[in-house]
Amino acid sequence: MSSLFNSIDFQYVIGALVKIAVFWIFIMLVVAYTVYAERRVLAVIQNRLGPNRVGWQGLLQPFADLLKFIFKEDIIPLAVNKWLYILAPIIVLIPAMMVLIVYPFGPDVPLPFGGVISQTIHDLGAKFGMNWNIDLSTVSLHVTNMNVGLLYVFAMTSLGIYGIVVGGWASNSKYSLLGGLRSSAQMISYELALSLSVIAVLIQAGTLDLTKIVERQQGWYGFKWNVFQWPMFLPCIIAFTIYLVSAIAETNRVPFDLPEAETELVAGFHTEYSSLKFALFFMAEYVNMMTVSVLATTLFLGGWNGPGVETYPWLGPVWFLAKVFFFLFLYIWLRGTLPRFRYDQLMNFGWKVLLPAALFNIVLASVIGVLFL
Amino acid sequence: MEFSHILFLGLAALAVVAAFNVILQRNPIYSAIGLIVVLCSLAALFLTLSAQFIAAMQIIVYAGAIMVLFVFVIMLLNVRAEETRIDKQKYLKWLAAPLFLALLAEVMAVVRYVDLTPQPLPSANGAAAPQDVLGTVENIANGMFTNYLIPFEAASVLILMAIVGSMLLARRERKEDVERIEKALVAQLEEEKFEEEVAA
Repeated sequence: MSSLFNSIDFQYVIGALVKIAVFWIFIMLVVAYTVYAERRVLAVIQNRLGPNRVGWQGLLQPFADLLKFIFKEDIIPLAVNKWLYILAPIIVLIPAMMVLIVYPFGPDVPLPFGGVISQTIHDLGAKFGMNWNIDLSTVSLHVTNMNVGLLYVFAMTSLGIYGIVVGGWASNSKYSLLGGLRSSAQMISYELALSLSVIAVLIQAGTLDLTKIVERQQGWYGFKWNVFQWPMFLPCIIAFTIYLVSAIAETNRVPFDLPEAETELVAGFHTEYSSLKFALFFMAEYVNMMTVSVLATTLFLGGWNGPGVETYPWLGPVWFLAKVFFFLFLYIWLRGTLPRFRYDQLMNFGWKVLLPAALFNIVLASVIGVLFL
Repeated sequence: MEFSHILFLGLAALAVVAAFNVILQRNPIYSAIGLIVVLCSLAALFLTLSAQFIAAMQIIVYAGAIMVLFVFVIMLLNVRAEETRIDKQKYLKWLAAPLFLALLAEVMAVVRYVDLTPQPLPSANGAAAPQDVLGTVENIANGMFTNYLIPFEAASVLILMAIVGSMLLARRERKEDVERIEKALVAQLEEEKFEEEVAA
């Protein structure tokens, strides 16, 4: 047994688990405050105040909401398929969360007190007769750099559809069923344009590994982003536009929020859900928003690259988060500004505009790639 | 006992349990979900073999695309439970056991007699690729677009034909039907014209 705890695999797994825990808590905080930001920004757009009572300027509102969700009565309607009804929010949230292991938050950074921590771990291991030699003086700000990182993200996001379909079906209500069907039809349609649009970036980067895609955008004082690089900037900008539109549709947000169109479907697939189960659906939606924002940042806007990152590596995560927050703000801004699509408009737009545009863009990118790269 | 063994045992047990679930459940939706679990645990097993690309494809193609269609059909037809059990072919049940034993023997024979050490894929310049990058995208692309180009292209043409064929089947209109409808429409128009003339 001691060989198990001594093995490099074990140390790797423990290290990965610690990182996942840190990133997970961080993402949960970001999600909580995105909800808060959404309410405040929408309030500003609609000329009202928004939540400002709990804590200074309402900053503790997310925690109050969480408590409210926990203590609300958890209603399971009689006619539902009980197992699937309980399972659905879990199926939605877990794949959404699993994506965070490939988020490239930043470059390799020096950890404060890294040497002290490594020494402590070594001493602790020595007490139990283990040989733990982990160098923590520099840490990488991603859990793993998969060779197929981008495909992994697409794979996981495609699994989230099940939760929505199953939740809509198990609720045994027509609004939920219609919402679930709409949502999955929409996600499948726009997934095509989304995944075809990123191919321009892949031709430029020559890899699917998200960390390497970011590393290949280093230079020009931190502005050698994919949307600025000659000669690929043209297909990359087209791809960026297609990506952004399909990403909003993919996350079921306004103006593509037909699955939860309040005026027709009450709340879509989560009509029958209450308390913490509803909160899980809600969280999954915001984690998915975060994921598509992270991908947009990584693929098109240089990830953690920005002025000053070479000298101060800790600026990397700051730039990264600034860009991600820009996209999250864009989501909220759009929600406050645009009306909802009609369903046939949505489908026509996805299949007859975005998909051909993405296909054309692949041809353009390949031609430029063959001629110039 | 190494860490990879624990991972393998856990994932394999999950796959087997879920596979039994697929067969034993009477409600098709539970079976479908069991199949999704099988596919996901297989993908994770591929990952432990550092076949990353295959793992991602397994989830994207099977779990993400094909099974969605299954679930859709089950839900839209609203099949609550297996409605009729096929009782006509009772003898098939007795055929299943020997076939299963034959399959098991085959697998055992493969494990026992065939050399299963991973063979390095030939890369573009002919040099053998190192073991740990066998399953990467670059490596598979190298194999696919050099040594195995013709099978790859043949498969893609086959799939294209299947797509075109299915579209053709879905939108086939019989000539007689079209003509019949056209005739009826023309007759209706003429009738209306006649009525207008009468009214005038």
